[in-house]
Amino acid sequence: MSSFWERLLGRSNLRGTGQQAKDRLQFVLLHDRLNMSPERMEAMKQEILAVISKYVSVDEQKVDIALQRRDSASLLIAEVPFLTTIHKDDDEVDENREQQQAEDEVEAPPPTKKSRRKKASPAEDANEMPEDDA
Amino acid sequence: MTGKVVTITSGKGGVGKTTTTANLGVALARLGQKVVLIDADIGLRNLDIVLGLENRIVYDLVDVVEGRAKLRTALIKHKSFPDLYLLPAAQTRDKTAVSPQDMIQLCNQLRPEFDFILIDCPAGIERGFRNAVAPADEVLIVTNPEVSAVRDADRIIGLLEAERKGPGRLVLNRIKPDMVRKGEMLAPDDVTDILGIKILGIVPEDENVVPSSNSGIPITLNDNSRAGKAFHNIARRLMGERVPFMSLEESGGFFKRLGRIFSGGGG
Repeated sequence: MSSFWERLLGRSNLRGTGQQAKDRLQFVLLHDRLNMSPERMEAMKQEILAVISKYVSVDEQKVDIALQRRDSASLLIAEVPFLTTIHKDDDEVDENREQQQAEDEVEAPPPTKKSRRKKASPAEDANEMPEDDA
Repeated sequence: MTGKVVTITSGKGGVGKTTTTANLGVALARLGQKVVLIDADIGLRNLDIVLGLENRIVYDLVDVVEGRAKLRTALIKHKSFPDLYLLPAAQTRDKTAVSPQDMIQLCNQLRPEFDFILIDCPAGIERGFRNAVAPADEVLIVTNPEVSAVRDADRIIGLLEAERKGPGRLVLNRIKPDMVRKGEMLAPDDVTDILGIKILGIVPEDENVVPSSNSGIPITLNDNSRAGKAFHNIARRLMGERVPFMSLEESGGFFKRLGRIFSGGGG
């Protein structure tokens, strides 16, 4: 028997393995209901990618095609990042992009910042602390 | 009278189909209904022992279907409830001894004499399932708040829809309120969310269930048992009554709970 307070407060907001069970079930039932086994899903994904790749270059490593449930509907959600976001024929934009890349290289922080800290010039320190300029 | 055929199914075994069938039968009989229980689990007969009627079997379902016994003679009357009958399964045959058409004919014979015809469906989705579901006016799906049982229940719901017997109503068995509160067990809301069907009843885990099947006295006869009370409530809901869910069964919000506590805590 539960106490008055337990009954009053009901289920706590702690989300333990019960939530995991729900999430995992929702995933597996989505596939069960559509008779979409992981193998079928993979075959469909490859076919979709083949079609898209005829028109644009796709970054296949980052593609995410999955079934999802939204409200009570089942959806196929596809996230397909392109390799080149800017059209190559557009010279002006291309120039800007090259310039941007160059700037990125200049401003990119050294990968091992702490070890190189001692060598940092006063100018670089100022860049890292914009509040000094104010 | 025109009896209603209710099939109790689950997909997965061991979730409490037979316990549910036995208890709903007894609870309905106590409520003044004339009830017959059919054990459709041919080869794995069990409803007789849960009801304490295992010593009275002379003829079984297959004897009736194959014409060796009249339906009337095969029915076993319960010791304590003269309006409760059992048609036991055959133990030495298999599910193919009966066809879905046989079950429909059998139930049509029983309908004029009974208020409720409850069919205990075997586990699985094969012939035994199709036999048990064929004559059903309504299907109850028994499940536990566990991933395997819920997944199988979903499969059953899909098959029921394909057979135009869906969607059925859910009986959530063996829920542990403490674990639900800690977030370590699927809550009734979660299960109905996932399965998308209406819930007919929630039966809490109760350590009196095993002793009751040990002795062949269904738990709904134990007035101190919460599971027994839950089965009684489900029987009333089957008869069309509106019965609020018990406080431990509840899954509503804060104010709903508060309301129930101050109005005497449901039942």
